[in-house]
Amino acid sequence: MFDKLTLSLIPLLPLLSFLMLGLFGRKVFKNFSGIIGTGALLVSAGLSLSTAYNYFFVSGKVDGVYQKITALKISWLEFSPGVSIDIGILLDPISVMMLVVVTFVSLMVHIYSLGYMKGEERFSTYYAFLGLFTFSMLGLVMSSNIFQIYIFWELVGVSSFLLIGYYFDKPSAVAAAKKAFIVTRFADLGFLIGILVLSFNAHTLDFETLIQRLTDPNSEYMRSAIAPAFLGFSSLTWGLMLVFIGGAGKSAMFPLHIWLPDAMEGPTPVSALIHAATMVVAGVFLVGRLFPVFAISCPGALELVAYTGALSALFAAIIACTQTDIKRVLAYSTMSQIGYMMFALGVSGYGNEDGLGYMASMFHLFTHAMFKALLFLGAGAVIHFVHSNEMNDMGGLRKHMPITHITFLIACLAIAGVPPLAGFFSKEEILLAAFHHNKLIYGIALITSGITAFYMFRLYFNIFWSKEFHSHGEHHGEGGIVMMLPLILLSLGAAFAGFIPFSQLVTSDGKPFETVLHLSFSVAPVLLGLAGIFIALRLYKTQNDIANKISSSLSGFYSSAYHKFYIDEVYLFITHKVIFNLLGKPAAWFDKTIVDGFINRLGSSSEKISEETKTLQSGQVQQYAAYFLAGAIGLGIIFIYVLTLK
Amino acid sequence: MNLSLLILIPLVAAIIVLLSRNAQQVKWISLLASVAQLGLSLFLLSAFMGERANGNVSQMLFEQRYSWFAPLNIEYYIGVDGISISMILLTAFVVLAGVLVSWNVEKMTKEFYFLLLLLSLGAYGFFISLDLFTLFFFLEIAVIPKYLLIGIWGSGNKEYSANKLALMLMGGSALVLVGLFAIYFMSGIHSFDMVKLSQVHIAIEVQKIFFPMLFVGFGVFTAIFPFHTWVPDGHSSAPTAGSMFLAGISMKLGGYGCMRVATYLMPEAAKEYAPIIVILAAIAILYGAFATMMQKDLKYINAYSSVSHCGFVLLGIGMLTKTSIEGAVMQMVSHGLMTALFFAVIGMIYERTHTRKVEELGGLLKIMPFVCSVLFIVGLCSLGLPGFSGFVAEMTVFMGSWQNPEMFYRVATIAACMSIVVTAVYILRAVGKTAMGPITNQHFLELKDAAWNERLAAIILVLGIVAIGIAPFWLSDLVSPGAELIMSRIPTVIIN
Repeated sequence: MFDKLTLSLIPLLPLLSFLMLGLFGRKVFKNFSGIIGTGALLVSAGLSLSTAYNYFFVSGKVDGVYQKITALKISWLEFSPGVSIDIGILLDPISVMMLVVVTFVSLMVHIYSLGYMKGEERFSTYYAFLGLFTFSMLGLVMSSNIFQIYIFWELVGVSSFLLIGYYFDKPSAVAAAKKAFIVTRFADLGFLIGILVLSFNAHTLDFETLIQRLTDPNSEYMRSAIAPAFLGFSSLTWGLMLVFIGGAGKSAMFPLHIWLPDAMEGPTPVSALIHAATMVVAGVFLVGRLFPVFAISCPGALELVAYTGALSALFAAIIACTQTDIKRVLAYSTMSQIGYMMFALGVSGYGNEDGLGYMASMFHLFTHAMFKALLFLGAGAVIHFVHSNEMNDMGGLRKHMPITHITFLIACLAIAGVPPLAGFFSKEEILLAAFHHNKLIYGIALITSGITAFYMFRLYFNIFWSKEFHSHGEHHGEGGIVMMLPLILLSLGAAFAGFIPFSQLVTSDGKPFETVLHLSFSVAPVLLGLAGIFIALRLYKTQNDIANKISSSLSGFYSSAYHKFYIDEVYLFITHKVIFNLLGKPAAWFDKTIVDGFINRLGSSSEKISEETKTLQSGQVQQYAAYFLAGAIGLGIIFIYVLTLK
Repeated sequence: MNLSLLILIPLVAAIIVLLSRNAQQVKWISLLASVAQLGLSLFLLSAFMGERANGNVSQMLFEQRYSWFAPLNIEYYIGVDGISISMILLTAFVVLAGVLVSWNVEKMTKEFYFLLLLLSLGAYGFFISLDLFTLFFFLEIAVIPKYLLIGIWGSGNKEYSANKLALMLMGGSALVLVGLFAIYFMSGIHSFDMVKLSQVHIAIEVQKIFFPMLFVGFGVFTAIFPFHTWVPDGHSSAPTAGSMFLAGISMKLGGYGCMRVATYLMPEAAKEYAPIIVILAAIAILYGAFATMMQKDLKYINAYSSVSHCGFVLLGIGMLTKTSIEGAVMQMVSHGLMTALFFAVIGMIYERTHTRKVEELGGLLKIMPFVCSVLFIVGLCSLGLPGFSGFVAEMTVFMGSWQNPEMFYRVATIAACMSIVVTAVYILRAVGKTAMGPITNQHFLELKDAAWNERLAAIILVLGIVAIGIAPFWLSDLVSPGAELIMSRIPTVIIN
């Protein structure tokens, strides 16, 4: 079975690396920091792989069904009887799959960074933060308790903040880091309230119990949960929608995506790890984790997931066609692909073949982690070489960087859905699921897959073909073995991951099922993908101005896409004009003038009263005598009045 | 375990300080006394847990009782439960850190440390008193030194701030005194004994009149809206240790009083007035947070954010569930440690750069990595990052609040939850500008990182924050019976 210690070591080793490097890295370990971090992760990745093997092929399956195994449970904070945060480890197909994805990509990034970040002043801090992130992400995917996932959710957020702001003397990096944190925090507010709602209804925070109580139509918990609560929705619907808002924020779904492109200010390997392969899919993972509740008890909330995902997929793909910063193209592409995973969940049902969308979503999550991490690391190598993020400064690099070129091409083909690379299989399953469930979403997905192929090859041709590269001065080569090895390993993943029989391993109810891909069904998407590639080839393989002509003929649409449809400006307006000017400033003014003014007035008026009354103390005996007399008469009158009343 | 030691040690140390000749002696004696106090508090904690583990379930432990003024039945009556122990621990941590960061005070060192010790004496006495009059006596002991600390060692508009603070707190105390006398005379037993009083029923009409007085009176100390304006001015003028004591300990006297005296002894009125308390708390939380967003001075930022954070204490009390009251206590401890640390760091930055204006600061992380790392930690704690105490406390309050199924309380809880976003905005603005970005002033390049005493102070407080953040169960187990006791007196239905 599963050894608690081994399982705990998987997240604890990166934590240890964080603590060691964070406390002593700069003084003690210095340049060895990278080796220490990488070593810790190597062990962690090895343990994850063995756990995955053990789970999927040895002891995870009982009677043909993959079990949910709570391997560890520590009571951490009890709120009221039955409702407590337990820190635990939950093993089920998706958490085990995520363990492999997170540790593998993280290991690749650790190795790659040995070369990429060499010579950085804060080298050990960088590795410390990578360790912190990996720990938090592993804690997140292993969570057995909804509050535990929230805890690690926040921790990955802060690791992301620290890594985006790694070049902290650059104001743009600081601004991007803050933006990422605050936008996701805003979404987390939804998540938090969602947790409050769900836990109140289910009287538990434990995932397994919660799912069981909220999917059983006969349970007493369900009765209160599905009764209309507010604005016509039941509290269950509210809870799930709010939780989904949290997931949408982390996964950069429209309209909470604005932080992701800016997050590219961080070092490129960080973008590969956090903002492509792992953290940004946390939202998908979260919906996947609560999937039975969504699918069985509340299909309405699942519709929201589906449309948000589809809209984001298309929206981001259009913007990606217009961007010139290669990392930003990849960022929008990430958003678009996560949109695929989201709507795949949204169109899925629960159990067996109905759960095709669920399986496809997780499949795509897996393959996407491979090819997108590869694309980012390849882009990093390119940026390392030309010292610029701008497409216009590149071109003709295929001769200078052969390994990067080949691996990048594999990744582009994979994401474009060209068979038999990984992306083809997972995307095909998603399209199939959408086709059976919702034709509108299927249509959007189909169009998007064509656009995807176009913008990816626009990127590819602009970097590696187009004009000749004129080197200005010294250029070191592609980077040593430490930078090339991860590219090669990941490209193997991008090429062959599609052959993993996912429907045998990761399904919505744990029961394996068979999937059949119909050749006739694949024709349309593959042709569309090839068309996209062909158009990109015509426009960008050699330098010409057809592309410019097209974009100027689409001027209005093009420029609004180039400006990301002005979503950022809308946010800027809301935050600055509305929140600062309409809430912050009045609050500060009210406090200074009204509340404090009142207190000060109280002080000054009491001073005035004493100023007035002190003239009574004149020192003149006649005056005192007069007061005395007046007082005595006054008292006398009162006495008489009172006595006569009786 | 002799509880009186907790007040004897600061008392003796204060007398020795007065008699000693030079500043060096004064500092070491104060340090020794505060280390001893911390040791004693930790010992008290373990002794208490030992007693409880042995099955001692009496309400208060380690009681002592001496008649003080027999004609009025005033007694020196002390004892502790989990809630008071958590407050004592908090005090011990903050006092030790405060003594350490004041190491370089040169102006009238002897008097300065004397007042610090006196203040801590008042706080310890307050938290262990079970006799209401003794409790009030110690409350007053804790007020006077603040006036002098700000008036003499302060900066800026210090006379105004000192006056304002002293007058407002005195006003609060006056209300408290009236409330205490009402309890004494109207309970029918002519006693100040809290344990005895908790067994009698005070007429509802009496409660309705005097509960607001007691609650607001104590509430002034914990910055209840709209009596919070002493906080920003008081903190910004106070010397570093003064701010630490003020926000870390003194604001907790109020929260403790609201909970232990007002709510515990007048439960029906607490239930009756709960909606008003909740509204005031929600206002303090959100309005404080929005006001913080507009501040430009680091001390003002922390002061207004204290208003917001202390709102959680009041919210927890007003929500009247066991979990929310537990959360309120945890928030008191958490906020005490966190805000003391925040002021300590601000003091370190100010001492070096001679400015607290956020826009004049920048890029300090490169120059003083230690100070700025601590600034990050305290900022992250303030915005409720898991792993630090703030998260645990706030979440306990939220979970407790949500147990009130009425729509009114739900809305208030959601409003309070919103502060997690606003807090993130102002903390990241302040911390981001101060520590990150380009270096704004070339003179900063010559500045030194934290000295030994500052490092020690920061590490002590960080340890406290992390100990709660990583292992919250010990604190929640500690305060939970106390919270249950308070809740046991709250009627489920209001009897009119």
